Amino acid sequence: MPQTIAEKILRNHSLEEKDEVRPCEFIRARVDLTLLNDVNGPAAFRHFEAMGGAKVSSPDKLALVCDHFAPAPSAAGAQLLSSMRRFAQEKGIENFFDAGKGGIEHTLVPQEGLIGPGDLIAGGDSHTCTAGAFSAFGAGMSWAGMAAIMILDETWFKVPESIRFNVTGKKSGYVTGKDIILQILQKIGVDGALYMSMEFGGPSISTLNIDERQAICNMAVEAGGKTAIIEPDEPTAEWAKQHCKRKYELITADPGAHYAAHYEIDLSRMRPMVAKPPSPGNVVPVEDVAGIHVDQVYMGNCANGTITDLRQIASVLKGRKLAKRTRAVIVPATQKVYLQAISEGLIEHFIEAGAAVSTPTCGACFGGHNGALSDGEVGVATINRNFRGRAGHPGAQVYLCNSYVAAATAVAGEIIDPAKL
Amino acid sequence: MIIQGKVHVLGDSVDTDGMVAGRYLPLSDPKEIAKHIFEDVDPGFVMRVQPGDILVAGKNFGSGSGREHAPLGLIGLGIGCIIAASFSRTFFRMAIDLGLQTVTCPEAAAVAKSGELARVDTTTGVVQIGSRQFQSDPLPEFIRQIVDGGGLSPWVKAELEKRQREARA
Repeated sequence: MPQTIAEKILRNHSLEEKDEVRPCEFIRARVDLTLLNDVNGPAAFRHFEAMGGAKVSSPDKLALVCDHFAPAPSAAGAQLLSSMRRFAQEKGIENFFDAGKGGIEHTLVPQEGLIGPGDLIAGGDSHTCTAGAFSAFGAGMSWAGMAAIMILDETWFKVPESIRFNVTGKKSGYVTGKDIILQILQKIGVDGALYMSMEFGGPSISTLNIDERQAICNMAVEAGGKTAIIEPDEPTAEWAKQHCKRKYELITADPGAHYAAHYEIDLSRMRPMVAKPPSPGNVVPVEDVAGIHVDQVYMGNCANGTITDLRQIASVLKGRKLAKRTRAVIVPATQKVYLQAISEGLIEHFIEAGAAVSTPTCGACFGGHNGALSDGEVGVATINRNFRGRAGHPGAQVYLCNSYVAAATAVAGEIIDPAKL
Repeated sequence: MIIQGKVHVLGDSVDTDGMVAGRYLPLSDPKEIAKHIFEDVDPGFVMRVQPGDILVAGKNFGSGSGREHAPLGLIGLGIGCIIAASFSRTFFRMAIDLGLQTVTCPEAAAVAKSGELARVDTTTGVVQIGSRQFQSDPLPEFIRQIVDGGGLSPWVKAELEKRQREARA
């Protein structure tokens, strides 16, 4: 029977030799990489101890990334980072990235060649689905489950149903990958892909670079998705050749594979989109919210902290100043991205415009530190969530958008279509 | 397993940021996390619930950030079971792996009122709200064993011992 990309990847990783797997079937599988950060890692280590774990069965298949409370903003955060360091040292984990030595996990692990097309990736973080930009199956799972994988080198998966997005048309102006996923959220809602694999193909996928694909796959979980996968093409093959340290496989869907639903995404008709508080599914075109005063603009995170985003931001901020009553925080996703931005002169434009630029961290994205909002403040952010309380005080409101809209808003002091700046 | 308790009704798409705010992520003790459940969105919640109570929610319960603090805090409060029209998958998996009972039953979720008594049979999938009865799909037996046994921890321990016995034999 013809299979979807998710089905083929799960079949390839099944412990039991199988010709095919079917939606809703439970399988036991071996993953290629387990990804933990300083929030879920220390919790997984506690489960590991409680389960009687002594050694990590495949230390080379584990990556530990300090990103949420890195650099440590408090003693409590420092405890979590210590726990990461200790575990990495005791268990001999080579792929350990401390503050300053890596960055935000979902942008970092592909950059370091630790994931590749056709891989099965399990993570403690819900945005592990970002791996789909590289045509891998990435899923956020339970933290106890992460410990079980470290001990047993296997886990269980329920095979998801798949839905297909066929991307056509030429995008223009200030439309990016972020707008594609925001428009999908508008269309199918925050549970429209519940427990499903969201697969993207079609003639115009190749016009989106690897960074924009990350923005798309990153927010699959905001639609309830288990994973998102971009069908591999030329840019995927090129990226894999340059980055992957392991064997990889470009897996496409079989002709006639069964999808629970098909959607057409026409880029030529797309506008920059904004998700209004308090839900990522509350999406409207930017002009519908234009004119709303904004106190802080936050640009960065695992969805939109790539060099492509920083270039987009710089194209707007270059030679301009932030509005008097508006501040901005810009966070490159990894140290390599940061360095690249410095060498291209982007950081200079940010600082001259009046923006705070910080070392890679998840800090303000989850309201933890490095740019949390106060009661009554309005934020615009290129992040993936705007639930009540997410970005700091529960009385703050956050609008989600792409990097062009965010940068233009910082200059105008109010939400604005970048074309009108 | 049979679970009985008093119902507390919640809405659709209850998210984990609302359940346990990001600032409490450094906490790990279920009893400590429990004190902060719904702190920003419904500050009186922890005072209203009693151990053994049952939460009845709409669709997509536990959406958003995959944080174990959410199910752990509910376990800390002593919540007996969550009945929902649907669950976010990360929350669902975390609940299973931590031994927190979940039942997907949109029909029951649509009619339940706070204060009613609910009874859930996790083996047959029968859900009773007051005097009304609904049929849900029970979890597969393999998954029920994990939940009923108190989560993945005891299950992995047993699996590990089995493998060690086999290796010796």
